[in-house]
Amino acid sequence: MSGDPIYTEMIIEYSRNPSNFGKIENPQIHRHDSNPLCGDSIDLYVNTDGTKITEVKFDGKGCAICMACTSVLTEMIQNKNLDEVKNFQKDELLAELGLEHLIKTSPVRIKCALLSLKALKYGIYSYFVEKMNDVEAAGNLKEEAASLY
Amino acid sequence: MQSTQYSLDSIRNDFPVLERKVRDNKALVYLDNAATTQKPIQVIDAITDYYKNHNSNIHRAVHALAEESTEAFEVTRSKVAKFLNVVNNDEIIFVRGTTEAINLVAYAWGRDNVQKGDIVVTTEYEHHSNIVPWQILTQETGAELRYIDIDKNGELMLEQLDEHLATGRVKLVAVSHVSNVLGTITDIKEIITKCKNAGSKILIDGAQAVPHMKVDISDLDCDFYAFSAHKMLGPTGVGVLWARKELLEKMRPFQGGGDMIREVHKFETTYNDLPYKFEAGTPNVADVICFSAAIDYLTKIGMDNVRNHEIELTKYALEKMSKVNGLVIYGPKNSEKQGGVISFNFEDVHPHDVATIVDKNGVAIRSGHHCAQVLMEKLDVAATNRASFYIYTTKQEIDVLINSLEEVAKVFKL
Ligand SMILES: Cc1ncc(COP(=O)(O)O)c(C=O)c1O
Repeated sequence: MSGDPIYTEMIIEYSRNPSNFGKIENPQIHRHDSNPLCGDSIDLYVNTDGTKITEVKFDGKGCAICMACTSVLTEMIQNKNLDEVKNFQKDELLAELGLEHLIKTSPVRIKCALLSLKALKYGIYSYFVEKMNDVEAAGNLKEEAASLY
Repeated sequence: MQSTQYSLDSIRNDFPVLERKVRDNKALVYLDNAATTQKPIQVIDAITDYYKNHNSNIHRAVHALAEESTEAFEVTRSKVAKFLNVVNNDEIIFVRGTTEAINLVAYAWGRDNVQKGDIVVTTEYEHHSNIVPWQILTQETGAELRYIDIDKNGELMLEQLDEHLATGRVKLVAVSHVSNVLGTITDIKEIITKCKNAGSKILIDGAQAVPHMKVDISDLDCDFYAFSAHKMLGPTGVGVLWARKELLEKMRPFQGGGDMIREVHKFETTYNDLPYKFEAGTPNVADVICFSAAIDYLTKIGMDNVRNHEIELTKYALEKMSKVNGLVIYGPKNSEKQGGVISFNFEDVHPHDVATIVDKNGVAIRSGHHCAQVLMEKLDVAATNRASFYIYTTKQEIDVLINSLEEVAKVFKL
């Protein structure tokens, strides 16, 4: 292989042993999303006390990139303020795994990397709009999510 | 490779794209031929020549260009007929591809011949294009859709066909000649005989057969046969439906419009003769005409040589792949029983990760469900990797694939 590495030790390790893997029963936020190209298919479960993320888990099946990125995302948002999480940017996530180059080099695989972030943004959007009746707080999360692939 | 009777070097020289470098200057190793094949310079030149020198609509005007185009269009039709050993040129209908050919049958024949209580039979290894039209038809008519399952070698369990036929209610059996995922070559002669004896019509999806082996439609004696030009060196947007004349004559048109008519009045129309009755509107003139060059090219090589070349490559690849750690091969695993298609997975590595790693070495394989999700369900996988070969594929290219697959095994510590 040459060029920018994708399959680093860290990614292989996460894909084999994903973090926060599992299900939360009756979570406050639940979002299923899939990537028809790869067949990546994940469910993201999040609980919050209204200001902070208190618990986050995911399950599903996917390629190594998807599994690693989802794992890292769940680690990064654990115990964070909802406001912070709302503004969480894709670059932060990609940088954590050294995958920034995918934006340029692989318009196809970038979708695998950002699937979980997309699910998260949609999930929080639905939480604000449907559970909290607070369209303002939801801001442009929906548009942001849609622009992630 | 020396053992085939044709010169691989001179064949490869005819394909400009094979000189491409991809991904950091790696030589392209194109192993996605089941999806579409590359085009030789003869086909590329034919399309340029058409637009530069002959472009015009066909079948209507009397001017010189129109006559040249019409003539060239009909020459392709007779070449296709000859290539498939079809006696009657009027039985060759030009369509957009295999998908459109099958849909044509589902609409123009199916709507009048399949009723509530009837059965349509397809198989577990069909492409979506040979499943979804039958789902739509049977749902619409209240008919029943049944399957022939596959065994662990990826071959059809024909005793199930016997059971279906024994009901006396089967109107159509729709089956692919060669599976696009497993490569399995269907015993279609056996199936055709069974269908005839039971009074069922039989449609064959030849998308993966006509490009790779000699297909003699007169000898097969089926009812409908479909394939696509782009999988046999030809352009995209051209396919062929062959059907028996008696059937075509009785069928209602598929689409209405120009060319398919004889006389149009305010409230009624008489239809044109075959094959035009099924070719409404301006067809894909340019691409049909340059499809001629693809048929000439394959005819020159000889379809038996094409098949032998692929048998040799498949045998070579199967042997080497079976030694890669953690690699599981699906299908017959027997070069005599399959086309030049090999589907595989690494235990617990997602196919897209495999495809991405080999792509870094310039190797183009396909990963995904290959438009065969029914088969994926049967194999109990979300997706597979697939390497598929053609006339220009070399053993050295297969070696590059194998090295890349070994790299996958190493990266994922298998
Ligand atoms: C077996 C089989 N049937 C049908 C098709 C559909 O062909 P097309 O997309 O050219 O209509 C394919 C192509 O992928 C195929 O492999």
